[in-house]
Amino acid sequence: MAELPPFQTLIDEHAAAVLAILGAAVGREGAEDAFQETFLAALRAYPELRDARNLRGWLVTIAHRKAIDHHRAKGRAPVPVAAVREEPVFDPDPADGEVWDAVAALPPKQRAAVTLRFASDLPHEEIAAALGCSPEAARRSLHEGLKRLRKELA
Amino acid sequence: MTPTLDKPIPKKTLEGLRERVAAEGLLDVAYTSVDSPFGTLLLAKTPRGLVRLGLPEEDADALLADLAGRISPRVLEAPAGLDEERRELDDYFAGRRRDFELPIDWQLSHGFLLRARQEIAAIPYGETRTYTDLARGAGNERAVRAAGSACSRNPIPLVVPCHRVLRSDGSLGGYAGGLEMKEKLLDMERNP
Repeated sequence: MAELPPFQTLIDEHAAAVLAILGAAVGREGAEDAFQETFLAALRAYPELRDARNLRGWLVTIAHRKAIDHHRAKGRAPVPVAAVREEPVFDPDPADGEVWDAVAALPPKQRAAVTLRFASDLPHEEIAAALGCSPEAARRSLHEGLKRLRKELA
Repeated sequence: MTPTLDKPIPKKTLEGLRERVAAEGLLDVAYTSVDSPFGTLLLAKTPRGLVRLGLPEEDADALLADLAGRISPRVLEAPAGLDEERRELDDYFAGRRRDFELPIDWQLSHGFLLRARQEIAAIPYGETRTYTDLARGAGNERAVRAAGSACSRNPIPLVVPCHRVLRSDGSLGGYAGGLEMKEKLLDMERNP
């Protein structure tokens, strides 16, 4: 069995990043529930975890799945940016709110790549693992997402 | 480059998580820290009862890592789950309580050590026994050295009052929390 640290250390070290990712991925309103779902799922699976070397990447992968669940439950198909813009925006948050609202409005792959890279500070390889695509595809999604954001926020 | 998004987690979000964890029975080891006249104590319990008490001298991180390895890695801070334990210890240090009633989980003790520690748990407040008494009570009069380690490596000091065990010549022997603490506890119990 892998030497797993007490689960509390995962919360202490990674909860803020996971919440930030979910805030960007599902919006502030859905983030609390998705956050709890993420850590409950992680806690359920934790004793069976074989590899304790990348706990942050593991949590981020689960968070990503919970974000997808959230969007499915809401019956929201991935929508192009133009359509999302017409939806009401989230409560404006003075700090970073505008940027992350724009991130939340990106197409799913780009949104995920951008949040994993900047909210969670993951390298391309781990983003690729979390998204289930090649590092090259992850890099491309990130690039496209950033390009679109620059245009949006210019 | 990276936006500063790591804001503190709202209390409500973490509380909600704790409640859901407890409701789903996913909390194998709950812990909290408690102030005492000797410094900060660490309390850890399983659904069966108090399983470990860390004295101020002990390294809390190492203690929790050890519990993660020996019991379950589902170790979470959960102050509310240990209210009863905290209350009984407060009362004990204030001289209002002589016997602990909180449930104990003995799973970290086995065989002779388990029997010896259960003997320790039965030593009344304000009284003492010797390591030899303890060895005899646990069923092996010659196992005085093992009786010593039943005390020195006692997972639940204070509640399993190993400070009440002395050498046959009346000298203090040892204590995981330091001899000064042992002496003060004995004084407190003798002069309530």
